[in-house]
Amino acid sequence: MASRTSTRTQGDGEKYSVLLPTYNERENLPLIVWLLVKYFGESGYDYEIIVIDDGSPDGTLEIAEQLQKIYGEDKILLRPRAKKLGLGTAYIHGIKHASGTFIFIMDADLSHHPKFIPEFIEKQKEGDYDLVSGTRYQGDGGVYGWDLRRKLISRGANFVTQVLLRPGASDLTGSFRLYKRKVLEGLIERCVSKGYVFQMEMIIRARQLDYSIGEVPISFVDRVYGESKLGGNEIVSFLKGLLTLFATT
Amino acid sequence: MTKLLEWVFGVSVVGAAWAFVTFDILKMSIPRTYREVAWPMPLYLLVTFGCYSLATVGYRVATFNDCDDAAKELQAQIIEAREDLRKKGLKF
Repeated sequence: MASRTSTRTQGDGEKYSVLLPTYNERENLPLIVWLLVKYFGESGYDYEIIVIDDGSPDGTLEIAEQLQKIYGEDKILLRPRAKKLGLGTAYIHGIKHASGTFIFIMDADLSHHPKFIPEFIEKQKEGDYDLVSGTRYQGDGGVYGWDLRRKLISRGANFVTQVLLRPGASDLTGSFRLYKRKVLEGLIERCVSKGYVFQMEMIIRARQLDYSIGEVPISFVDRVYGESKLGGNEIVSFLKGLLTLFATT
Repeated sequence: MTKLLEWVFGVSVVGAAWAFVTFDILKMSIPRTYREVAWPMPLYLLVTFGCYSLATVGYRVATFNDCDDAAKELQAQIIEAREDLRKKGLKF
């Protein structure tokens, strides 16, 4: 039995594609790419990073091209689109050009930290899970930068979701996940919602299709470079999405 | 069955059982004490669920982990990353 060391020099025969939809992430993109390269490099797993930029006016694509020159076109793939077209289609677009057997989805704004990537991979292997979901609500998962109001809304919304949908996963609106490639493709086809309700629907449909779901506690660091607001509009659209899922799944 | 239908079904079953006992619909001569206990049950269950919800959400908010270390680590890594990328030729 090979002993587990903190750094591995050989991969596992699998390849991990990281999908990064971006919009106005010129500041954050180099940093997230640097962190991904660091943690994938240390772990020895084979990977590629696919940047799907939706026509960002701030020059995100330009800085992505610089990163491509630094890290290589085999590691950084650029699949831009003309304008902001939504998350589901961004994933579909990204997967088309992905050569990995597994797909990571995560936010490009540094709220999700690549240091958890080896944990996701290990968790996946542990139970051969069809998908592994990062959770802020269990174990030593958590958040940074949230005031009491934000925490209350988050936990309250999650509680209502758990009661109504009984999803079998603790964090439904999270978007730091690892999927088997076929599983992701199949789920996207079936999902009709938008935004973070889309993330919820992915888990619900996965449950319906009897996919196995593993969880990894993650830390979510909010507002590194800007404000993330949760106003009345978002709450209303969340409730609408939740009730739709309640009535249709 | 959708979750909505599950709920409708569940509530109907429980509601029917409650109505049968409270109003003695089948005229089974249910003892008075049973009916007196059954009558306020829906309200009691609602209040109990309300209290459970408040307590659970309250507990979860109170024990919501604050990742101060993660934030500090990220800030330090940002500085390191910017320096390393600058050396590699990135023009911010």
